Amino acid sequence: MLVVKDLIKKYGELTAVDNLSLEINRGEFFGLLGPNGAGKTTTIRMINTLTPRTSGLITIDGKSMDRNLTEVKIKIGVVPQHNNLEGEMTAWENLELHGRIYGMPKKARRERIEELLEFTDLTERAADLARTLSGGMKRKLMIARALMHKPELLLLDEPTVGLDAAVRRKMWDLLKNLSSSGLTVLLTTHYIEEAEILCHRVGLMNRGRLIELDTPKNLIEKVGKVVVEYFDNEGTKGEFFETREDALAYAAGRQGNVKIRSSNLEDIFIKLTNRRVED
Amino acid sequence: MGFSSILWQEAIFFKRKFWSITTGSIIAPVLYLIAFGWGLGGGMRIDGTDYINFVIPGIVALTTMTVSFSTIANSINISRMYEKTFEEFMVAPLNMWVYAAGKITAGSFRGLYSGFLILFLAFLFQTGIKINPYFLFILILNCLTFSAIGFIIGIIIKSHADMGKFTSFIITPMAFLCGTFFPLEKMPFILKNIIWLLPLTHTSLGLRSSGEDFYSMLIHPGILLLYFIVASAAGVRLCKKAE
Repeated sequence: MLVVKDLIKKYGELTAVDNLSLEINRGEFFGLLGPNGAGKTTTIRMINTLTPRTSGLITIDGKSMDRNLTEVKIKIGVVPQHNNLEGEMTAWENLELHGRIYGMPKKARRERIEELLEFTDLTERAADLARTLSGGMKRKLMIARALMHKPELLLLDEPTVGLDAAVRRKMWDLLKNLSSSGLTVLLTTHYIEEAEILCHRVGLMNRGRLIELDTPKNLIEKVGKVVVEYFDNEGTKGEFFETREDALAYAAGRQGNVKIRSSNLEDIFIKLTNRRVED
Repeated sequence: MGFSSILWQEAIFFKRKFWSITTGSIIAPVLYLIAFGWGLGGGMRIDGTDYINFVIPGIVALTTMTVSFSTIANSINISRMYEKTFEEFMVAPLNMWVYAAGKITAGSFRGLYSGFLILFLAFLFQTGIKINPYFLFILILNCLTFSAIGFIIGIIIKSHADMGKFTSFIITPMAFLCGTFFPLEKMPFILKNIIWLLPLTHTSLGLRSSGEDFYSMLIHPGILLLYFIVASAAGVRLCKKAE
């Protein structure tokens, strides 16, 4: 569905995205996970054409962005990190405007708006100005807007950033429903749990580079399913083990405060980069 | 479809803010009319006509200029830098010409609306101002030109403060010097020739052009049209580079 090859973005001396290559299959929920400044948003902005590439190729359904820009743009739905709704327009009008821009006929627009407002649980707020909606509702409306023209690829840039834990979980339910509908999704996040719960495959990004790419399960198995966390003079450290028994045996031999838990994507990230994802 | 979408969006904003737009458009011109038209210029005659009939086209010219300009420049500037709604259009399969045409037309409508409000007042007070198709043609060209210039400024400025600077150094001097409140002939020779090159001068002259020869009547729309075409083309070009 989406093929990114040798993608580079430079801002002067700074390389924001460094030789990134990846392929996302149709119907896949793919996550780019990394700390702030890893190059996730720059990558998504190059895919949605807002940021020009320094070099590299992007194709969607075999169509190059350089030669078929209009055709490619129709296939993409974009949910940016920041709120970019028209605050002085109602929820309905925001969707209506998007449908009009994408040339949808009147009847199709109306039906799609009703369907999406119901999907995002916003039907009762349809006539309210977008600026009066809560943070979570705004995000849901932005997702509805991005889906309005029935894109084949949905780009979600940190869709739950700034939302409280309860709203974030509701948003995950909504995104899971999207995934089950067969839509291809590229999500960027720095929330470990979000990537683990939602994504079929995850690409770990650090300083513009893709350092690891696999399913969350395989990534975790690569370092060991169980981690023994302990504290010494240099701070918190972890040792990885294949089985809980091995971990217990190791923990028994250590003095002081020791914690045994299942490994997660954060552990892999730290092991590979010596940085935390949520830095 | 994209063009009509932008006009539809602007129509929604217009409907929602009708009273603030209407009062906002009329306060400054009414003050100019009172202060310059009936106050300072009361009983005065210029070019064989009452000063009030001389100054009304000038006030129409400068008001339609500022409204067309600021409507679009502010709207694009805010949508680019603060609300980020500009991105919604950038990621859409929308040609930048269509986007520019929609925004410039919308800005022109707002300018024309403010112009018609002043003319309505002028008729209400029976000033005797005469309007013909040429007057309306010049008015439309003025709105399109300054809307297109507003489009460029909205695209290129880096902050809202820059907008204030442009208004202070370019728009406000034009509003007072381009034959709006007094005839161009009263200006020093060099300054007069510089001001003659500015678009608002040709709006002021064009709106008062009854009695001018055919050649002069071609010059005014010609220069406005030239500004409009150059500003629109530059706006689209800049728009593609903006993000």
